[in-house]
Amino acid sequence: MDKKALMLRPVDTVATVVEDVEKGDKVCYVKDGAEMSVIAKESIPAYHKIALKSMKKDEHVIKYGQIIGGMTSDADEGCWISHKNIMSLPRNYEDEL
Amino acid sequence: MNFMGYRRPDGKAGIRNKVLILPTCVCSSETCRIVADQVEGAVYVSNQAGCSEVEQNLKICYDMYSGFAANPNIYATVLVGLGCEGCTPDKMADAIRAKTNKPLEVVVIQDEGGTVNAINKAVKAARKFVQEASLVKKEEIPLSELFIGLECGGSDATSGLAANPVVGKVSDMVVDNGGSAVMSETTEFIGAEHILAKRAATPEIKKQIIGICKDLEEHLANVNQNLRTGQPTPGNKEGGISTIEEKSLGCIYKGGTRPIMEVLEYAQMPTKKGALIMDTPGFDVASVTAMVAGGCQLIIFTTGRGTPTGNIIAPVIKVTGNAKTYANMKDNIDFDASVVLTGEKTIDQRGEELFNEMLEVANGKVTKAEAFGFNECSMQRICKFI
Repeated sequence: MDKKALMLRPVDTVATVVEDVEKGDKVCYVKDGAEMSVIAKESIPAYHKIALKSMKKDEHVIKYGQIIGGMTSDADEGCWISHKNIMSLPRNYEDEL
Repeated sequence: MNFMGYRRPDGKAGIRNKVLILPTCVCSSETCRIVADQVEGAVYVSNQAGCSEVEQNLKICYDMYSGFAANPNIYATVLVGLGCEGCTPDKMADAIRAKTNKPLEVVVIQDEGGTVNAINKAVKAARKFVQEASLVKKEEIPLSELFIGLECGGSDATSGLAANPVVGKVSDMVVDNGGSAVMSETTEFIGAEHILAKRAATPEIKKQIIGICKDLEEHLANVNQNLRTGQPTPGNKEGGISTIEEKSLGCIYKGGTRPIMEVLEYAQMPTKKGALIMDTPGFDVASVTAMVAGGCQLIIFTTGRGTPTGNIIAPVIKVTGNAKTYANMKDNIDFDASVVLTGEKTIDQRGEELFNEMLEVANGKVTKAEAFGFNECSMQRICKFI
């Protein structure tokens, strides 16, 4: 079944599904005006994140065009990305000042 | 553009017209509740502290409770103290008078000879003030005198995609009309502070924005604590927010896009107009109260999970971007912004509609939290009681 997700910036590595997604669903999103899709590898609750590419442990996760954390384990394209497999990263305020 | 408000002797304008029964400390808080119960039109706020505090915590208490009295939605204040507390009735009265010349009566329980006498004196003062307040006529007030607070609580992933961007549009519209909008919650700048800092009107304000985030993390590290263990909250995570960075990047949308003119300390009144920031915790109720103490006449509050939060001094308009939450908690939530997720409306369109709803509330429409009479009050503190 086709489901919808929102990709906020073209550089993002995750999209937000806007309805409950079942394993095997085709999840459709728009990137730079082009229709794209990814097959869900697992069930994902509404408003949670789906991986748009395979990601390795420690890789940065990008949403809003910004780093929202680092992977704590590997995840394939189409997997559910949540607090169970990403973590917050320390800030470097000195560099920002 | 105008709203209908109540002109105060200090020159400010309120959108509500209440008499405040104000405790200096926890020991006079219950007395204030009883006094407010006796007088229609009088309200009280609780005080869980006000004594056995280090200097910085006392300062916060003076700033916050004097700010409540000075809030333009308040016609007059009856200050009730115990008499031996750290936050003294004299100094609190001075702090109030330094901010406003509105009517003020001070009642001290130990001086009056106990609770019954204190209640007697306070009720008489409150009854007189309520009658006077009823004679203040509403008049046209320019929108440039509106000062709104922007808050979020019980966020989920829809907050950053729908509710906060819609509120951000309202913030820009208020600022463009010459008014002010303050965004708070320093915790929820962390991970997005570099973006927020780009909106700073001056290099000094940029440093302050980064500085309050750095200070908060260092403050917690000094007591061997880390905000990442409590933020995001369990409900945030269940709602699809996985890290503080993700939460913050969604949160800051509610502050709009206009230049940030001032970074305020907790519960401080602004000296500038336009888009402002206040240094408060990510604890929503303690942020709402601080912005009300700073002078906000009205609060717009986004929620994804759904929350009942109200404030007895300033009306709180609750907005959600989650259609299920709106359907599930209609008696708590005023405005559904989820239509921007389905594409039925743009963020700008729904923002303009929320702006109109805000004007109605400014003109007197009762919000859902107001109808319940909700009166949450919480205050930031920097360390243990002493």
